[in-house]
Amino acid sequence: MLQVLLLTFSVVTVARAELCKPDAQNAFKVRLSIKTALGDNAYAWDANEEYLFKAMVAFTMRRYSSKTTTQISNVLLCNVTDRVSFWFVVTDSSKNTTVPGSEVEAAIRMNRNRINNAFLLSDKTLQFLKISSTLAPPVEPSTPVWLIVFGVVLCLIVAAIVFLVVAGIQQRKKKNKESTERENLEEKGEVTITIENGIPCETLDLKAGHINGVFSADDERFTSL
Amino acid sequence: GFLIPYFIMLIVEGMPLLYLELAVGQRMRQGSIGAWKIISPYLCGVGVASVVVSFFLSMYYNVINAWAFWYLFHSFQDPLPWATCPLNSNRTGYEEECEKTSSTQYFWYRQTLNISPSLEVSGAVQWEQALCLTLAWLVVYLCILRGTESTGKLEQLSNPKTWISAATQIFFSLGLGFGSLIAFASYNEPSNNCERHAIIVSLINSATSIFASIVTFSIYGFKATFNYESCINKVILLLLNAFDLEEGSLTADNLNEMKDYLMATHPQEYAQLLPQLKNCSLEAELDTAVQGTGLAFIVYSEAIKNMEVSQLYSVLYFVMLLMLGIGSMLGNTAAILTPLTDSKVIATRFPKEVISGVVCFINCIIGLIFTMEAGNYWFDIFNDYAATLSLLLIVLVETIAVCYIYGLRRFEKDLHTMIGRKLNWYWKVMWAFASPLLIISLFIFYLTDYILTGTLQYQAWDGTQGQLVTKDYPGYALAVIGLLVASSTMCIPLGALVTFVRKRLKRESVSTVA
Repeated sequence: MLQVLLLTFSVVTVARAELCKPDAQNAFKVRLSIKTALGDNAYAWDANEEYLFKAMVAFTMRRYSSKTTTQISNVLLCNVTDRVSFWFVVTDSSKNTTVPGSEVEAAIRMNRNRINNAFLLSDKTLQFLKISSTLAPPVEPSTPVWLIVFGVVLCLIVAAIVFLVVAGIQQRKKKNKESTERENLEEKGEVTITIENGIPCETLDLKAGHINGVFSADDERFTSL
Repeated sequence: GFLIPYFIMLIVEGMPLLYLELAVGQRMRQGSIGAWKIISPYLCGVGVASVVVSFFLSMYYNVINAWAFWYLFHSFQDPLPWATCPLNSNRTGYEEECEKTSSTQYFWYRQTLNISPSLEVSGAVQWEQALCLTLAWLVVYLCILRGTESTGKLEQLSNPKTWISAATQIFFSLGLGFGSLIAFASYNEPSNNCERHAIIVSLINSATSIFASIVTFSIYGFKATFNYESCINKVILLLLNAFDLEEGSLTADNLNEMKDYLMATHPQEYAQLLPQLKNCSLEAELDTAVQGTGLAFIVYSEAIKNMEVSQLYSVLYFVMLLMLGIGSMLGNTAAILTPLTDSKVIATRFPKEVISGVVCFINCIIGLIFTMEAGNYWFDIFNDYAATLSLLLIVLVETIAVCYIYGLRRFEKDLHTMIGRKLNWYWKVMWAFASPLLIISLFIFYLTDYILTGTLQYQAWDGTQGQLVTKDYPGYALAVIGLLVASSTMCIPLGALVTFVRKRLKRESVSTVA
């Protein structure tokens, strides 16, 4: 009796070992980078963590297919290395055949977030090698941010330009009005303006004129009367 | 090694020529065309050549400001857009082109420039860049309206030929030969002490250039170290994954020994892995040359993305770049506008605002060429050939004209009336002998270098490989280069010829009357 039991047990173990081995059908390789992710808070990978992993995969399969038949014992782990990496496979209830890889892949993809969080890892540090993760696209607002900033700066600049141009025009108009007023007053003979050769003296202060220092009226040089 | 020629050039060329240009402008009270006409009527071509060079410069230089605006507006995002690669269409990985090169280079070549594979493929105008260029020109127009008193500075990125690059660096950063200094100085009071200003400006300019180069090289070093460490980490990860070793067993220190050990124990797998294992070297990282203006945008943005609070540093950096750029643009546009506003023909008919507006508008429209897909290649053509040779010639003619045609003694007397002090013998020796000789030798060196290198080539971005490749310029590009150089240098002899012919005709008409 004992011998038969021993024989069946060994057969089952061998059969199960057959199911889970590197590059077996429907087997997936998992790689964890605990030290990279957690640094000093890294936990050691031991049998308890393996148990948790099996539990998470079983949970994933239950959630995906809504069957309540997947047990922790259905998940087989093998070839655990120091890296930490291992292969796993999910067997069905008869424990003789493995669940198709596509199902396992879809299940894990659906619940990837839950698995990551159970181990305090992320998509990059808990890698399922054949299962590519969909990368989250960056958040893009409806109007690109740069256009908004551009619009603000553009409005400011245009406002400043318009203001300066209008101010320049107004100043010129005021100057013209003043000079016409002065001409009118001149004709009336009420204001005398110093004129030299037909040019009013104020304009000689601009770039075109030269001021001869000898003739600048310096009252102190002449004796006062 | 660069600092010695730089300082020698500064003392022999930079300060004397700066002083010369400031003094000429201050004495003649006119922009570059008018000032040279007063010195000698045959030299009106020099002023025109300066204006032409300034015109070319203003056409292409504002594109740099447009790029700075683009980066500045994109700095208000978290994370910075050049920090990560965008995802590909089915979101399983990153864009292919971005994988092959780094994310900052991808952002520059693809998302900013959208560069075409070669000069011949022109492509369409990029509307985003066109908008930024318009904004840059509006800012320049605004600053011109207000008027400005500061001298413009232009940073030219250095050239491997050390002596030429030292000279051109001094020329460009001080703004010699553009006529902008003459234009600015013409607004100075006649009694302004331009000697002291010349010395102070050139010393401050050198100090800031040296400070800027220290900052540049330290950021370059930071980028190289960071890339080197990432490379090492990638190799370590690859080895860990391939051989299922424990994490932390491979570090940067024991990497080489472990590599040998693995090669001995697992020769087959190691041989399979060998093509992917890159030999990381800090020297190689430091040697990576980035072409032209890309240096400012790629290297710095790569360094900034790795810092804490990168948005702040990014904004600060691009605002600084903008201020430098707009300052230089003001110098150039002043060099173009002052002769225009000085001439009676145009100034009496149109007010100053309209002239400035028209000049800015024309430059903006022409500048749209540089926003096309092949625009960066045309930009490099202008950057390399529009100013360098012509400036050397202009400055040479200026020095010789002031010393020998106008007369060094006459100039000395003018300076004495302006400043009130006798001219130091140092300036006289520099102007009369040292500077012209040095410029002539540089000129010959430049020409022989051009002739010896044969066909001119440029660096084109290959998107499929993710790196720059060298290509030859097509015929029409070479024609444009020739036109650029010729149009500014030919002004000088043409101007002399026109004046000569006019004088001859006048003399003949006078003699026939008599």
